[in-house]
Amino acid sequence: MRWFILAILILAILWVIGAYNLLVSLRNQIQNAWKQIDVQLKRRHDLIPNLVETVKGYMKYEQQTLEKVMEARSRAVVSSGVKETAAAENALTQSLGRIFALMENYPELKANENVLRLQEELTTTENQIAFARQHYNDLVMRFNVQQEVFPSNLVAGFFNFKPSEFFAVPEAEKDAPRVDLSLPA
Amino acid sequence: MADFHSGAREDFYARQRSNRRASFFIILVFFLLFSLIGLSVDHLYLDSFSRGGAPLPIATIVALVVAVGIALLSYYQGGEMILGSLGAEGLDLNLPEHRELRNIVTEMALASGAPMPKIYVIFDPAPNAFATGRDEHHAAICVTTGLLAMLDRAETQGVIAHELAHVRNRDTLFMVLVSVLFGSVVLLSDWAQRSFYSSRTRDRLAGPSALLAIPALLLIVLAPLMSRLLAMAVSRQREYLADSSAVEYTRNPLGLAKALEKIRDAALPLGRASRGTAHLFFVNPLRRPVNERDGALADLLSTHPPIARRIMLLHQMAGAGRP
Repeated sequence: MRWFILAILILAILWVIGAYNLLVSLRNQIQNAWKQIDVQLKRRHDLIPNLVETVKGYMKYEQQTLEKVMEARSRAVVSSGVKETAAAENALTQSLGRIFALMENYPELKANENVLRLQEELTTTENQIAFARQHYNDLVMRFNVQQEVFPSNLVAGFFNFKPSEFFAVPEAEKDAPRVDLSLPA
Repeated sequence: MADFHSGAREDFYARQRSNRRASFFIILVFFLLFSLIGLSVDHLYLDSFSRGGAPLPIATIVALVVAVGIALLSYYQGGEMILGSLGAEGLDLNLPEHRELRNIVTEMALASGAPMPKIYVIFDPAPNAFATGRDEHHAAICVTTGLLAMLDRAETQGVIAHELAHVRNRDTLFMVLVSVLFGSVVLLSDWAQRSFYSSRTRDRLAGPSALLAIPALLLIVLAPLMSRLLAMAVSRQREYLADSSAVEYTRNPLGLAKALEKIRDAALPLGRASRGTAHLFFVNPLRRPVNERDGALADLLSTHPPIARRIMLLHQMAGAGRP
């Protein structure tokens, strides 16, 4: 009987260790995924001035739109925290989308190799942000679910784990999560 | 969006475990085959096990040393050997298509949470792709130039996601082992066969050796067939799993479905692929008609599931994914 109780106790301790380690590993993976998003966001911030500089000469009548993009960019650069960053970056994505739509009206842009190269770079950056965000959100969901379900919620509560924040997507963007900015050949 | 992949995440580790077990099993089978071949050569030709024969079972020892060598080589170098035998080359980042490919692979690596794999290209008009490498830190993804030319961005994304899913699920180690070990078993049994027919020892078969001659013959005939059947049986299930993981990464089943349709319609065989490497590829590079059939025999004999069925499953996912 004593051995039986001892065995159960040891099993319980092993389970607590396992549950705790899973939570810690998820938290680290979330931090890592957030860094990945951050890298991509920085890359986009670096690419946008290049693009604006290149197309400025062609798009004389769209100066206002270009300025708006630069404004959105500088707001995104200074933002911090998951929620604020998400909001600023989403605004930037939308204003960028408008530029790419307008670029359709300028056939000479399609012939410019520099523009095409920038466009491919921005396309992949946009996609990388979307995919990194998707991976991040998947991890956050697993982490938060792990903290809510019984019995691992006991472990999470005891060690004071906090649910992480999702990188939110505005409703309008959910219908078209992928960007394909490439010009028709 | 959340619920259709949470289940897949759960059994992700189970898949990795089962692949590790399968890899271990195939190495075990491989060693058993080699020692059996060695033992029968010792018994039949060198007479090591009777008095007055060779003092040591030399052939068995040689066979085991060779087996260890091949196993280590295929574990550490298998990926490179396969890439080399298919004539794969590194990317040339001055070409826009290659830059786009690198970008797409980066995107999918982010989506799957895997480290960035090495990327290779085969100059061949047949659209195809494969992944190799012993784990995700030594992974390589290889596509043909035909694939790059034929598919648009979303479709290429689906194919790359499929290959990265093989990497993530640890399919690649198993597939490389099957390729290299299967190749060497074929070589070895060819060699045994030749010495069986040519040697003076055939007259000795009248003695007690005759008893072992039948299993040795069976081994010679069955060894390649067995390893081949093994590779095929596991391949089909893996392809379906990799398709569904790919959708988990891209959230776009139609991209992959369209890629499969285009590749099916192109119907070009890949020149450099062989029976030893066919199971690695995205679609069967050899175009044997059995691959397009369903049923128990086709399941046993072909390396890839029928493309039509893969497309149908992807369309089903697209239907289920929309609320």
